[in-house]
Amino acid sequence: MTDVAHQHGPRRIVSEVQVLRRRRRERIFVIFGLASTLIGLLVLLALLGNLVIDGVARLDWNFLTNFPSRRAAQAGILSAWVGSLLVILVTACIGAPLGVGAGIYLEEYSARNWLTNIIEVNVANLAAVPSIVYGLLALGLFVYGFGTGRSIFTAGLTLALLILPIVIVATREAIRSVPQTIREAALAIGATKGQVTKDHVLPAALPGVLTGVIIGLSRALGETAPLITIGALTFIAFLPAPPITSEFPFVSFEWLFDGFTVLPIQAFNWISRPGRDFHANAAAAGLVLLIMTLALNSIAIVLRYRLRKRLQW
Amino acid sequence: MPGAIDVSSVLRSGAEVGPVSMRPKIVTRDVNVFYGEKRALNDVSIDIPERAVTAFIGPSGCGKSTFLRCINRMNDTIPTARITGRIEIDGENIYAKDVDVVPLRARIGMVFQKPNPFAKSAYENVAYGPRIHGLARTRAELDEIVESSLRKAGLWDEVKDRLQQPGTSLSGGQQQRLCIARAVAVSPEVILMDEPCSALDPIATARIEELIDELRQNYTIVIVTHSMQQAARVSQRTAFFHLGNLVEQGPTEEIFTTPSDPRTQNYITGRIG
Repeated sequence: MTDVAHQHGPRRIVSEVQVLRRRRRERIFVIFGLASTLIGLLVLLALLGNLVIDGVARLDWNFLTNFPSRRAAQAGILSAWVGSLLVILVTACIGAPLGVGAGIYLEEYSARNWLTNIIEVNVANLAAVPSIVYGLLALGLFVYGFGTGRSIFTAGLTLALLILPIVIVATREAIRSVPQTIREAALAIGATKGQVTKDHVLPAALPGVLTGVIIGLSRALGETAPLITIGALTFIAFLPAPPITSEFPFVSFEWLFDGFTVLPIQAFNWISRPGRDFHANAAAAGLVLLIMTLALNSIAIVLRYRLRKRLQW
Repeated sequence: MPGAIDVSSVLRSGAEVGPVSMRPKIVTRDVNVFYGEKRALNDVSIDIPERAVTAFIGPSGCGKSTFLRCINRMNDTIPTARITGRIEIDGENIYAKDVDVVPLRARIGMVFQKPNPFAKSAYENVAYGPRIHGLARTRAELDEIVESSLRKAGLWDEVKDRLQQPGTSLSGGQQQRLCIARAVAVSPEVILMDEPCSALDPIATARIEELIDELRQNYTIVIVTHSMQQAARVSQRTAFFHLGNLVEQGPTEEIFTTPSDPRTQNYITGRIG
């Protein structure tokens, strides 16, 4: 090695001019990076500020507990936020187990062959499919095919499909980051693959899996297009049937098949009306949606932090 | 001999280690391992005696760990690995079609290079094996297994007051002894050790070596090691691997004092590896 340097190296002193040039280039890049970050942040802050200014005056208890109304000042988002919450609940109940199950299968069990490769590529592609396409699929398959109606159930099913790729990818990444030595330790004392997965891999991957699920849910919370496609209502002055009843068996799943609206659709409906009052309502509904999303994301962060602290190798 | 590593000071005479039973516990014939197209092991045939320590030595990449991982079929977890030949434990071919790896691995414990306790309490680390195999019917029985395993691993006195703390919070040497206790807890007949001291300091290493000497009263132990001094200190028999071949095997004293193959001679005098 040293010989080579001698053969080629008449100039072994670092040129100061050259160093200065490199430094300048670095400084320009840092400034560019900082500017890009700030532009993104500032635009976001401006949007947020605008939303707050427009909407905060309308945010009060009545706004949360009133149904929509023809009079802007009395209109509220009760049916919308209840609808959003129920739809997300259904989405979570269907999307999380399916996505996590598929992720575990693909990462821990599936053989490495052309079929799994095709599945893998397609899961990645699914994440990029426009959400309206999911809406069209759901309209054809669920609403007309299976006759599930324009209901909360259909909406949850549709959004579950939408977040499936997100959950699968996150689950796989989380599982892949569990050290192989842990699997070997359990296998070496005679654990079956299922026991290794259930007792060691999944608990270790849980923070990542939960983060994926929650990120998927916040995405679903803001979706509008597929729900309009399957026929979500825009003006709705009733709540779905209560889940608990006074008669045996005291639980009812009737609400699953009720009509619904969600927050983004309500906001969209208001913003498309003439008149400043309704625009203020739209901004306020947007704020509520934003708060719900941020709350979901904070739960994800807290969960990840607390679960990670328990695990260390 | 310039550059030679002197192991004579740590070698123990036959009288000192006591008689080594030559009843073979593990018998292998013509074992080959392929990783895809690459051949990692060539026709390895060896008899490993029961209740004794057999050391596998050799330079990095010589196949000694690969061979060790054949004995509990750990190589099954590598999709590209293919094994031919025969490995018998007590006369039973462990690669026969009807052999289930789960009970097999319970019979053949393994301790790894890097201590790898589960992210659970020290107690749960040891109790996990007996639990999944249904070895204890009551909590008291389980407690008993955990205590006796930790005692056998020489760890009981150090952890008895903090059994509920995570296994990962122990020191490196303690973690490795916890892993030994975990292996012992399912009452294996054989314990495979893959460079168990390579991540430990000299004091922790000495502690593990003492332990290996005690364990050989009851278990057949196979240890892969990079340290020739360690092989000389703990083993009764030694096998030297080089480039996927089992070059030479025999009583440890013989291998280190009068090796018959020049490659062994070169390795133990520090000229290769």
